[in-house]
Amino acid sequence: MWIQMENKLTKNLYLFPYLLWIALFVIAPILLVLYYSFFDIEGNLSLINYQKFFTPVYLKMTFSSFWYAFLITAISLLIAYPTAYLLTKTKHKQLWLLLIIVPSWINLLLKAYAFIGIFGTYGAANSFLNLMGIGSQQILFTDFSFIFVSVYIFIPFMILPIFNSLNELNPTLLDAANDLGASKWTTFRRVIFPLTIDGVKSGCQVVFIPALSLFMLTRLIAGNRVITLGTSIEQHFLVTQDWGMGSTIAVFLIIIMVVIMVVTNTRKRGV
Amino acid sequence: MDKKMTPLSKLFLLVIFFILYAPIFFLVIFSFNSGETMYDFKGFSLEWYRELFQDTRLLIIVLNTVVVALLSALISTIIGVLGALAIHQAKKRQTKNTLLSLNNILIVSPDVIIGASFLILFTMAGIKLGFYSVLLSHIAFSIPIVVLMVLPKLMEMSPTLIDAARDLGASRWNVLTKVIIPFIIPGIFAGFFMALTYSFDDFAVTFFVTGNGFSTLSVEIYSLARRGISLNINALSALLFLFTMLLVVIYYFITQRNKVNGMGVRKH
Repeated sequence: MWIQMENKLTKNLYLFPYLLWIALFVIAPILLVLYYSFFDIEGNLSLINYQKFFTPVYLKMTFSSFWYAFLITAISLLIAYPTAYLLTKTKHKQLWLLLIIVPSWINLLLKAYAFIGIFGTYGAANSFLNLMGIGSQQILFTDFSFIFVSVYIFIPFMILPIFNSLNELNPTLLDAANDLGASKWTTFRRVIFPLTIDGVKSGCQVVFIPALSLFMLTRLIAGNRVITLGTSIEQHFLVTQDWGMGSTIAVFLIIIMVVIMVVTNTRKRGV
Repeated sequence: MDKKMTPLSKLFLLVIFFILYAPIFFLVIFSFNSGETMYDFKGFSLEWYRELFQDTRLLIIVLNTVVVALLSALISTIIGVLGALAIHQAKKRQTKNTLLSLNNILIVSPDVIIGASFLILFTMAGIKLGFYSVLLSHIAFSIPIVVLMVLPKLMEMSPTLIDAARDLGASRWNVLTKVIIPFIIPGIFAGFFMALTYSFDDFAVTFFVTGNGFSTLSVEIYSLARRGISLNINALSALLFLFTMLLVVIYYFITQRNKVNGMGVRKH
């Protein structure tokens, strides 16, 4: 009996590091965030943070963060879908796809930094505007620059899943639609789009959640004009040191994330 | 390109590729500027590169980044392989699914939340912010990706292979080292490689848990960029661009040779 138990113990000893990781770095952090959300800035147990979250200041911030994320996702989708579609029509399509993906490997901060140079007062964008006779504009630290740079950064993440689902599409279906007299638009609306909806959903998922939370982009590109949920969490944790309020916003961000994951749940997970 | 494509479609793709690559080349070109701004190209010079290599503080930061990346990739690969074995050998379907869901939490979580929650964790556990907190965080967020790279290889493996080894008298240890690991080694390499790039690239999590004395390259780039334009960063980004291209080529070979289903696209 004893020997058997010992045997089972050593048999399962290899499970220990992985389970320890789950306990310490997956479950514990979520519980700690939840726990901290119930403390005010002086360390007293209270629901003040939740009350504060439902005041106009925070609700407005949450709403505008959503609005920006929505715009970024929608614009990315509008650009990514035709791009992915055209990419599937090219010869050597895997090579072209690789070229789309390569920029996503480059450190995000460097790409943001490039736009500080391009959108600056004397930058390339303004020289172009001058050349066109429009004259210099304030581009950096505006909503436009924030949305533009975000879309630039997220585009490859949107193209990849859409490309994959378009690539799996059976071309005979399009011939069938064509033979049966469907116009190009009808074919797209009734055949192509419904069959690639999974790709669109996972693309939206991988763009929307980061768009709510990437604080470094707002800091570098939007100045302090745009405050997203992520920026606000960073602010509370690292600047004002109000970990309770930061945790409360984090709790809501987690809830939003779970809702989005459920809504855009696809049969195949597009990791 | 295909003949079926209209000139308009070609133009559209051309514009997309131009927008994707122009900012990157813009950065690289201005790293050779002898002037000091990112709008007025005065002439060719390697001045900024020279300055970069003389900056000992920056070289120490690069060294830190490399040490953290290698150590975290190594440790997370070991734990990740054990985790993949655990998930693979779970008998109940429900256990398997629960483990997989828990595994994926850190992959889908936004970096701010991982960073903030780890900051709370380390503070409560009394771990001083610095090298160890950064290393532990990098190990923690790399483990799930290693699991996801190794698991498909384990699924591919025929169970009769293990039965045969057991019938022929191999011990559990022998089965692991002589049968299982050689079979899943491409997945292990891919996992190690992904962990390495995750660690190199991470900014948000590191930013939360790094404290004052310790810095990695991403954190350093962020604090430099917040101060505005300095062509040092351009020179640095040109070198990092070359390094990234090298990684892409390695990644391409790993996936081509071993047919591992990687994700290709990086996490943000």
